[in-house]
Amino acid sequence: PVRPPPPPPRPPRRRSCARAPGTRPSLPSEGPRAPGSCHIMSRYDRAITVFSPDGNLFQVEYAMEAVRRGATTVGVRGADCVILGVERKAVANLQDPRTIRKICKVDDHLTLAFSGLTADARVLVNKTRLECQSYRLTCEDAPTVEYVARFMAKTQQRYTQRGGVRPFGVSSMLAGFSPDAEPQLWLVEPSGTFSAWRANAIGGRNEKAVKEFLVKNWAAGLDEAASVRLTGKALLEVV
Amino acid sequence: GTPDPPPAARARVRRDCRTSLGKALLSSMFAVGADVLDIGGSGGRRSRNDPLGAPPSALGGPTGFCLPPTADPAAFCRTNFTAEKGKDMNQEIKFAKGTTTLAFKYNGGIIISVDSRATQGPYIASQNVKKVIEINKFLVGTMAGGAADCQFWERNLGTQCRLYELRNKERISVAAASKLLANTLLQYRGYGLSMGTMITGWDKTGPQLYYVDDAGTRLHGDMFAVGSGSTWAYGVLDNYYRPDLTDEEAIELGKRAIYHATHRDAFSGGMNNVYIMKPDGWTQVYRGDVNDYHYALFPPPPPPPGGPPLPATAA
Repeated sequence: PVRPPPPPPRPPRRRSCARAPGTRPSLPSEGPRAPGSCHIMSRYDRAITVFSPDGNLFQVEYAMEAVRRGATTVGVRGADCVILGVERKAVANLQDPRTIRKICKVDDHLTLAFSGLTADARVLVNKTRLECQSYRLTCEDAPTVEYVARFMAKTQQRYTQRGGVRPFGVSSMLAGFSPDAEPQLWLVEPSGTFSAWRANAIGGRNEKAVKEFLVKNWAAGLDEAASVRLTGKALLEVV
Repeated sequence: GTPDPPPAARARVRRDCRTSLGKALLSSMFAVGADVLDIGGSGGRRSRNDPLGAPPSALGGPTGFCLPPTADPAAFCRTNFTAEKGKDMNQEIKFAKGTTTLAFKYNGGIIISVDSRATQGPYIASQNVKKVIEINKFLVGTMAGGAADCQFWERNLGTQCRLYELRNKERISVAAASKLLANTLLQYRGYGLSMGTMITGWDKTGPQLYYVDDAGTRLHGDMFAVGSGSTWAYGVLDNYYRPDLTDEEAIELGKRAIYHATHRDAFSGGMNNVYIMKPDGWTQVYRGDVNDYHYALFPPPPPPPGGPPLPATAA
């Protein structure tokens, strides 16, 4: 029997936009796109476990972009207190606003406020609550804020180094007190880094403006009322 | 997080995973604390050793090591070594068990006093065993029961304590250290471990003393004596213990209690080692032969005048 001839080789597909191999498409937070640039994903951002030639993990950066799309969260450390403020976006008429919880109690002495994907935050907070209780069971003592922040960072980092999963699109601010009763504010990011801050803002449209406001107006030794006022004014910068 | 089950349990489960009941057992065994990253199937379970697999628990679990290739190590020990409490008088391979170790807390710190005899049935294997294991500068453990078990697991505890210090930039509390050891021993419960140990140290809450044994018991207390000679030691300790002892009195009490235990218990003897725990760590304050101590306390009567000399005292 005569076999049909093999089909002719298909011409190579030309991409409709030319870009250097290492670069990524511009993110919305970086401002309006230049005309002619497009939003087709480059070769290095599809898989989490692949570095780009210039050393970026694009999925992690996109996770931070997801955080920027969330509502703003502001944290301020006073002399003897830590204030966490969150922006409540306009709620639908029929929705009960009290069921939208963005400030979560992680342990008796620790509270967390997040920005980003709420569902991811729920999973992360659950893991963190479990770890706090596990620490209490093993060490018969309350975990330090730094330990909990380190655990959250370790968890988020693990999800940036494994195939088949994506990073958590959540940045969290952890507030608590050290064993010497010093107030502490820790920031944990989707890349898995954690650091202590005196005041910071995450998420939201106007993140830069809020951060600049805090840099200008934070002072050491603020009492509770002044810290609350500073947080409120910083949140007003969002709009 | 939940610690991993010991290797033999995992091996057993792996063998069973071919049956559907085994599959249910497999999934239920790993359900609690199972990393959500395990994307289904036995492929994920098989790669238990890959570096991207489920991480060890946050505070370090016991080191994994090969168990003997038997189906049930606990039953193997019970049948072949008769390694069971109360039934081990006619063992063919006798494990060293007799000992007296004690520790008590007083206002100035903690005294740890131990003997140094190891016996295998009626045979004295050694008069010079080190039954105080220095975990680190601020933590000390005692040994009673299986010497290898005590030494290995207390050294393992030292590893975990050091990792805790490096990660958290502060020394581990005695409560947490003893809890780590007790959790480890609880995982290996029924596998034939034999340990009765006291973990003592000085941390931010002051001097602390815990008794931990192979059943996973963990008790917080002010005074413990462990081993075959413990009853005699308790007799002396209970009579003369006061919280406001001075350092010298406390050391003397530790020496006396061990001496009386070694005098009457055949399985205790040799050298008495006494350690003291202070805020800046432990120090060994005394090491002496209990036999010499006996003659120091109760010197032989002088020979009667004019009578024959007494025979030289046996060593």
